[in-house]
Amino acid sequence: MALPFVRMPLVFRKLCRKREILQQIGEAIALAFGLLLAADADLLEIVTLSLYVSLSATSIACILGLPLGAILAVTRFPGRGPVLVLINALMGLPPVVVGLIVYLHLSRSGPLGFLGLLYTPTAMIIAQTILIAPIVVALSRQVLEDLHLEYAEQFRSLALSARQVIQALLWDGRFALFTVALAGFGRAVAEVGAVMIVGGNIDHLTRVMTTAITLETSRGNLPLALALGIVLLALAMAVTAAVHGLRAGTAGQADA
Amino acid sequence: MRLLTILFLAGLGGAADAEDIILQSTTSTANSDLYDHLLPMFEEASGIRVNVVAVGTGQAIRNAANCDGDVLLVHAKPAEEKFVADGGGVERFDVMYNDFVIVGPQDDPAGIAGLDDVGTALKRIADAEVIFASRGDDSGTHRKERGLWEMAGIDPTPASGRWYRETGSGMGATLNAGIGMGAYVMTDRATWITFGNTQDYRVHVEGDPALFNQYGVMLVNPERCANVRAEEGQALVDWLVSEAGQGAIASHTKRGQQLFFPNARKAK
Repeated sequence: MALPFVRMPLVFRKLCRKREILQQIGEAIALAFGLLLAADADLLEIVTLSLYVSLSATSIACILGLPLGAILAVTRFPGRGPVLVLINALMGLPPVVVGLIVYLHLSRSGPLGFLGLLYTPTAMIIAQTILIAPIVVALSRQVLEDLHLEYAEQFRSLALSARQVIQALLWDGRFALFTVALAGFGRAVAEVGAVMIVGGNIDHLTRVMTTAITLETSRGNLPLALALGIVLLALAMAVTAAVHGLRAGTAGQADA
Repeated sequence: MRLLTILFLAGLGGAADAEDIILQSTTSTANSDLYDHLLPMFEEASGIRVNVVAVGTGQAIRNAANCDGDVLLVHAKPAEEKFVADGGGVERFDVMYNDFVIVGPQDDPAGIAGLDDVGTALKRIADAEVIFASRGDDSGTHRKERGLWEMAGIDPTPASGRWYRETGSGMGATLNAGIGMGAYVMTDRATWITFGNTQDYRVHVEGDPALFNQYGVMLVNPERCANVRAEEGQALVDWLVSEAGQGAIASHTKRGQQLFFPNARKAK
């Protein structure tokens, strides 16, 4: 761009940089649309795996976490306070740490190595489940405890068992719990540290959106990395929209 | 929910096939698409599918020592020889080489452009206290770079955080960071040729024999790691050092340049 041995004024260079960056963002948006429109086979594979891993992790975390959150919401026992503090703190688990812990267990030299799960999608699901289960438990506990306070009188007058109370709470709080599940899904689909370590970012086997973005960034293909980021965002929006559609649909049915 | 359960179970069944092997390797080889070029040929010849885990050499060796791989292809000869001596690997073979270069901004604040003596270049960078971005991650490239500082008689550690900045990340991430800071960076040539975000950076120092970069390949010891697919893994090692494999390595080019130069000793 510049003649050799002639230094461009700094301001001019900065302006050039800025224009280049804007150009790169424009290039990324065009690339993202191009990739989506062409339904690129590799991209489709990566998107499918991302959805499969993160939706599986979210489902498992919800199956385990929602009842646990409900139990914590309605029961009182000694040591409950510290348990709640612990679960809330676990929401801040760094994905890399979860990845390392799962790696150490699933490694061939680890206690669960005989299962041969390292570098498989299943290992990634396990890691993401551990990562987001505390989020599901902590948030659902809060939501259901508030709901429980509201209905406590009624529950008492109906003389419901603890099990029935939990069932009623989970059902009545289902819309708020959808949002809890979405928070878990969002964390799962966006994390890269855990799946990178336990999945290994193996092409056609364990490569997901976030590890692909990391790879393209490390190759210096910034527009492509950004384009993949835009696709990931679109994916998260599609899932959220689907859940909202589901909510609207069931709410409509309930009204009818 | 039922659909998800089915999907999940299907996924469990779809884990790695029996004929697959895992190659623990480095980012420099994977990022330059070497394996996209080599492995289809190997698969065609042998029917064996290879899954590549690309991490730094240090981590690759540790993963292999934990039995999490069948074959190891990295670039830090002393560490590789130690790995074999410790019983982690079977026999190490030289497979190919390329070289390291020092890249920097076009205006070259330390005045090292055109030097073919890496020691002098590092001294000038240290004297001028111009920012130098190091991998700082115990990778093959990082070990090499520390060795070069030592050879030049400079200890950059006290300057860590000032002009000597250790990113603790992969080659590409370090290049991105270095270019963002206007720093000099030592990189292997393959990564540099393939790298997209070069901005106004160029190669300033090259051609010193000290910048030689040797890659080695070895089978993870099946006697120590019962899960190692010795036959399939050894087939990959043998193929890489065979005439066919060496030719395949030589024919891999990016932007019109050959990235790796085969140098296995002639197969017996």
